[in-house]
Amino acid sequence: MFKQLSLLFSITHSQSILRRYFIVNGFDGALTMLGIIMGFYMSDSIKLAVIMNTCLGAAIALGMSGLISAYVSESAEQKKQLGDLEQAMVKDLGSSAYGEAARLLPYVTAAVNSLSPLIIALIIISPIWAATLSFELPIGAVETAMLIAFLILFLLGVFLGRISGTYWLWSGIRTLFIAIVTAGLIFLVAT
Amino acid sequence: MVTIKRIILDVLKPHHPDCLEFACAIADKSPGIKVELTVDEIDEKTESIIIVIEGESLDYDAIVEVITDLGGSVHSLDEVEVTSKPD
Repeated sequence: MFKQLSLLFSITHSQSILRRYFIVNGFDGALTMLGIIMGFYMSDSIKLAVIMNTCLGAAIALGMSGLISAYVSESAEQKKQLGDLEQAMVKDLGSSAYGEAARLLPYVTAAVNSLSPLIIALIIISPIWAATLSFELPIGAVETAMLIAFLILFLLGVFLGRISGTYWLWSGIRTLFIAIVTAGLIFLVAT
Repeated sequence: MVTIKRIILDVLKPHHPDCLEFACAIADKSPGIKVELTVDEIDEKTESIIIVIEGESLDYDAIVEVITDLGGSVHSLDEVEVTSKPD
């Protein structure tokens, strides 16, 4: 099963596509959560349950959006690539590994594109969820959630750095800088 | 009993999987065989290859199945070597 999946990824160059989807939508998820939490942080006395439900709603919407958009675009792309190759080969490739890839990969891509922002968002809002269940946190739940968002954005940068072969710390600092600028803009608008 | 010892196939295949992966996939399905692959011609999306396969008893159908599964198409069977042993 793993060997077959690896073959399908290899012939369609899907590793890079999946990596791209993971980072792009993961970045979306983390930054969206940071924006929402920052917005609430700048407002006075908002209940944690309200923040939690808003973030959860946004996380589910991001996940669904990722699922549908990736499936629709990737199935169209795979169908086109298969059609082009069939034309060149003058042969129906439906039962070959290429046909299997064209059928399976849109689902895998959709899952990655959907789960990436959803899981990242859930990790970010986990301190707020913990606080609503009366768990004691060393610092405020909202502040902890924002710190986790910054950390995840930094780690996404590190991951990007490792892929591109650039210095991981520099790449991490770059994405962290984007997060800080975003937070700064929200701060400016909200005050 | 007749056994196939050697075949030469003219195959059209997509660029991916590459020649090494293609040859390894064929060899993987029939352990103990020798696979020699030569690229004859390269086009924009496809390449023509010549595959020489040698072994004690080749399973022609299994070899063609691997090639087809990887998106290849057997154009012709250019050479065969078979031996016959009394049952």
